[in-house]
Amino acid sequence: MDITFDNNIPIYIQLLEYIKIYIMSGAFKCGEKLPSVRDFAINFKVNPNTMQKALSELEDIGLIYTERTNGKFVTTDEKVIEKLKDEYALTLAKSYFNGMKKIGLGKADSIKYLERMDK
Amino acid sequence: MELLEIKNLNKSYGNKEVLKDINLKISNGKIVGLLGKNGVGKTTLIKLINDLLTPTSGEIFVEGKTIGVESKKVIAYLPERTYLNKQMKVSEVINYFEDFYDNFNSEKAKKLLKDLNLDINENLSKMSKGMQEKVQLVLVMSRNADLYILDEPLGGVDPATRDYILDTILNNFNENASVIISTHLIADIEKILDEVIFIDKGKIILHSDSDELRTKENGSIDEIFRRKFKC
Repeated sequence: MDITFDNNIPIYIQLLEYIKIYIMSGAFKCGEKLPSVRDFAINFKVNPNTMQKALSELEDIGLIYTERTNGKFVTTDEKVIEKLKDEYALTLAKSYFNGMKKIGLGKADSIKYLERMDK
Repeated sequence: MELLEIKNLNKSYGNKEVLKDINLKISNGKIVGLLGKNGVGKTTLIKLINDLLTPTSGEIFVEGKTIGVESKKVIAYLPERTYLNKQMKVSEVINYFEDFYDNFNSEKAKKLLKDLNLDINENLSKMSKGMQEKVQLVLVMSRNADLYILDEPLGGVDPATRDYILDTILNNFNENASVIISTHLIADIEKILDEVIFIDKGKIILHSDSDELRTKENGSIDEIFRRKFKC
């Protein structure tokens, strides 16, 4: 989990995004136990307090939960993960279309380019 | 009770005011960056906290008590300059620290030295400046202290070693301890900081949570620092 941080963006937000991606990609599976705050912090080479803040936010949005004595787990509700994935994919698609729009290409053209990606 | 509390602290050398009305609180479990240009009073503040200088006025409390013999036991201090006897072998320095400090863990020191490929049978005088600095940091981080104060720990070492030093700091302070790191190499260190203190011309001009500051000022700590202190 060696990642490079952008010092311009709050570190906890970057951590939060990384973990979201791990969960969406299935690297951390639905219901799976997560590493401890300390282990996460060591892996990401960040301050444990910053790690804790990122995990608390994930807990607030219901993506992970804490079992009092057992540690933290990925939600067992697949719908939550699906919904996140849907929103995330939509954001990526929007940013792609916006980029294409800037160089004067509409939706139809943009889709053509996407199809060319198969080849 | 705060781990460190400073009230209305002033320090003058003769009629030169070096620190002006410093008020500061640092709680447990934080990594705090003391950031400022050269010659703004960082080292003076650190020496005062370590009871190595006498304040002109004001008070400093560590764990609620006025600083003195007791606070020295719980503070592990890495000075800017080395004070070790260069004729000693690293292993002798370890024994010396073990005798001197109740909370020194020599096993940990030996392990860290090994990780850094430093030979404990070597004389300090035979080591490069960077190697000596690493030895000194290992000695400080091997104490089980409540407050670690590191004055410019990254100054004389290469960027690869800087990363190792940051990892060493992160992995070796317990959750209740706090670390104060003074530096002007902000970009190298900012991702591990909970809080930042900007000091300029003897005054604390800002004390904030690092991520909050990034959000508020929309930039990296390094960039915000440069904006504020543009020459």
